[in-house]
Amino acid sequence: MTRLVARGTYVPRHRLDRASVGIGHGTRSVASYDEDTTSMGVAAARRALQGATPRVPGSVIFSTSTPAYTDRTNATAIAEALGLRTHVGAYDFNGSVRSAVGGFHAAADAAAAGRTAMLVAADIRTGLPGSSEERDGGDGAAALVFAPDGPCLAEVIATSAVSTEFLDRWRPPGAPVSHVWEERFGESVYVPLAAEALGQALVSAGLEPGDVHHLIVAGLHRRAVAGMGKAAGVRSGVLVDDRSDAIGVAGAAHAFLMLCDVLERAVPTENIVVLVLADGADCVVLRAGELAGAPLPGPTVADAVCGPPVGHHDMLVWRGLLRREPPRRPDPDRPAAPPSHRGAAWKFGFTGTRCVECGTRHLPPQRVCHRCRAVDRMQSEGLAGLTGTVSTFTVDHLAFSVAPPVVVVVVDLDGGGRLQCELTDADHRDVRVGDRVELTFRRLYTTTDGVHDYFWKVRPLLDEESA
Amino acid sequence: MTSHGIRDRVAIVGMGCTPFGEHWARSADDLLVDAAQEALGSAGLRHEDLDAYWLGTVGSGRSGMMLSQALKLDYKPVSRNENMCATGSDAFRNACYAVASGAYDVAMAIGVEKLKDSGYSGLLSPKPPNDGTEIALTAPSMFSLLVPAYQNRYGVDDDTMGDVLSRIAWKNHANGARNPLAQFRKEVPIEVIKASPRISGALGVYDCSGVSDGAAAAIVVRAEDAYRYTDRPLFVKALSFVAGPGSGPIDETYDYTTFEEAVRSAADAYAQAGITDPLAELALAEVHDCFTPTELILMEDFGFSERGHGWKDVLDGRFDRGGALPVNPDGGLKSFGHPLGASGLRMLFECWLQLGGRAPVDRQVPTVAEGRTMALTHNLGGQPGACVSFVSIVGSEPST
Repeated sequence: MTRLVARGTYVPRHRLDRASVGIGHGTRSVASYDEDTTSMGVAAARRALQGATPRVPGSVIFSTSTPAYTDRTNATAIAEALGLRTHVGAYDFNGSVRSAVGGFHAAADAAAAGRTAMLVAADIRTGLPGSSEERDGGDGAAALVFAPDGPCLAEVIATSAVSTEFLDRWRPPGAPVSHVWEERFGESVYVPLAAEALGQALVSAGLEPGDVHHLIVAGLHRRAVAGMGKAAGVRSGVLVDDRSDAIGVAGAAHAFLMLCDVLERAVPTENIVVLVLADGADCVVLRAGELAGAPLPGPTVADAVCGPPVGHHDMLVWRGLLRREPPRRPDPDRPAAPPSHRGAAWKFGFTGTRCVECGTRHLPPQRVCHRCRAVDRMQSEGLAGLTGTVSTFTVDHLAFSVAPPVVVVVVDLDGGGRLQCELTDADHRDVRVGDRVELTFRRLYTTTDGVHDYFWKVRPLLDEESA
Repeated sequence: MTSHGIRDRVAIVGMGCTPFGEHWARSADDLLVDAAQEALGSAGLRHEDLDAYWLGTVGSGRSGMMLSQALKLDYKPVSRNENMCATGSDAFRNACYAVASGAYDVAMAIGVEKLKDSGYSGLLSPKPPNDGTEIALTAPSMFSLLVPAYQNRYGVDDDTMGDVLSRIAWKNHANGARNPLAQFRKEVPIEVIKASPRISGALGVYDCSGVSDGAAAAIVVRAEDAYRYTDRPLFVKALSFVAGPGSGPIDETYDYTTFEEAVRSAADAYAQAGITDPLAELALAEVHDCFTPTELILMEDFGFSERGHGWKDVLDGRFDRGGALPVNPDGGLKSFGHPLGASGLRMLFECWLQLGGRAPVDRQVPTVAEGRTMALTHNLGGQPGACVSFVSIVGSEPST
């Protein structure tokens, strides 16, 4: 049996107020200038692996319609950032929203075959200014860990899939935004396909529509999703609020973001159905397990419905749709492959060292202790989960950044060790000595030849109690 | 650790310094020729009389060839020094040691930098290939970290701290205004300084040193030969140079209110020169005012002010040209400009002018007329908690 044993979600902090740009009501989530699908995937996956006895996956499957890289695997950076260096398979299921359902099956099937596996789905949905794509899209990530045994959030009890070739949405490789066909045509294809997939899955699970406790319908075609929700025949109140009024629809990640949302409040033995409309329809029926409804550390999806506003202009700059005059400074150098590989445990995994002679913590890892000068007496120590305090800071109006000014902080970590790094997800006018911060994996910059420089920053710790 | 020093064994007998600023019409080679010719002229020497050269440049050229090609030297030894913003000082230090060792009779230290050709704002610090994890701090950011830390430790509010930093910039601009070689030769009202556009943190445009082109040179000989070349030589009393372990940025016990490297190099230099009360004994100090908070903290690191009291002494005018100890009477990096490889030698040039009675009357520091004969120069390269520091003491009196 395939068991969903852990979950994690990530919704970026910023929100675009749709009314502020005259494209409807409510808000959508907006990934910051230093986030991409890989970094958001890391954030969701870290939450899924939190806890006293995390289930360590034997494979990491990453899925997005907007990968940071093509040709090379993005899941390797995620696995490295999670500290899963060896004996882990890392695979991308990328390119379309539906890829994530394939990733779900791959991870679930691995568990059915006796191996623990994780699906990480993330997306950044962008449209031309003023478009429905821009309005309806959202940014976010979800991670699901599957295992063959143990206490679980839910068991997968049935699946179904139907496929057909039709032109609804497309994007040439490398293009920043999608094109969509006239929406009534898509609705006419999607709704019957989805109804068929739902019917098949319920039959296979031995359920009637009236037995469903939570129905998630997800897809980028808003009209088809709404139509299917009405046509599903489930009881009143069973159709799940897909948070599109607050977050938007986060592409490949959305169905699983909603599944995590439901698992935050589901009661054991309830039937949960996930129906994804993407180039066909996929349906998964799950039964809530003993861990369903149990609180997790960190913000829930429900907590994530609010966030600080981002201006439309800033959002367009962050997405590369608008170019802002850069400072009169050279472009950043590209991170070199050999030192990045030598120091991968530090660069991606935020692993420092501790001197076994005097206990002093070092980041980055050092061979000679700066306190007692002992040589090669260090132990590795994963530090990504730590919090810290700002001891001094500055706001740099000169440094290169997509979103100036750069806020540089000196952070003293709880339990020792100091780091000079960037503060993100913060208003530079609000920074003070003594502020509490947490670590976050980010894309520092992208070079002109397309190399992403990933490393860690800190961001304000919003709720000390829940972290 | 032993540091014997070479007190009174080497003397400066000739110096040259180009105007600092935007030399759009002059190359780095041109500036080297200008500074070298002036230094030779002031000592009555020709290149044929010189035995060895030390060239300081951070990034305006490579190897000793830069100098030997520009000056067409005839198969002389030329070393190129690089030690960040202390480069010019380190070139001088090595030339002095070479003469003190007896290896050479006459040596030149010369420093140059051509910063304005890059087209970029501020300083550039290219790095070797790396993993991209080290944050690319600009120089003003590095030093602006001092400000909230100092305020926090000593309870100085934002407005007062603004007054203190602006007072330092105002003083150095006032000093530079009288100096025909300085990059910025205009007094700037304190209110204008305080209200200038922010560059990083509390630092505005006027808190930052001038980005400039320039060159400076010194000719050193054995002390006993000094009066053969000039009637007013400058004797090297102390040379100290330290490179810190660079752990400040990773050590949570470092509090960003001191430069330990400066404290150590000053203590070493005072010991070499026999100075016990620098505030009373020095006629002037040329310190590394790359940014205004740097100068503030150095006043405490060098013992010119008690810990936590530097800000009050700044406001009281202790370091003004007519104060108890004039600091940066030539305008400093702030107003004279900061062509990296030349700056350490430019500081010595001011000592050469002031202690040797060569400074024009309207620029003279009163402390020299009062009978003080020694001056301090200081260069710092790097960032708070991770830097190199150089301190020299020079004096107009030979050994007694």
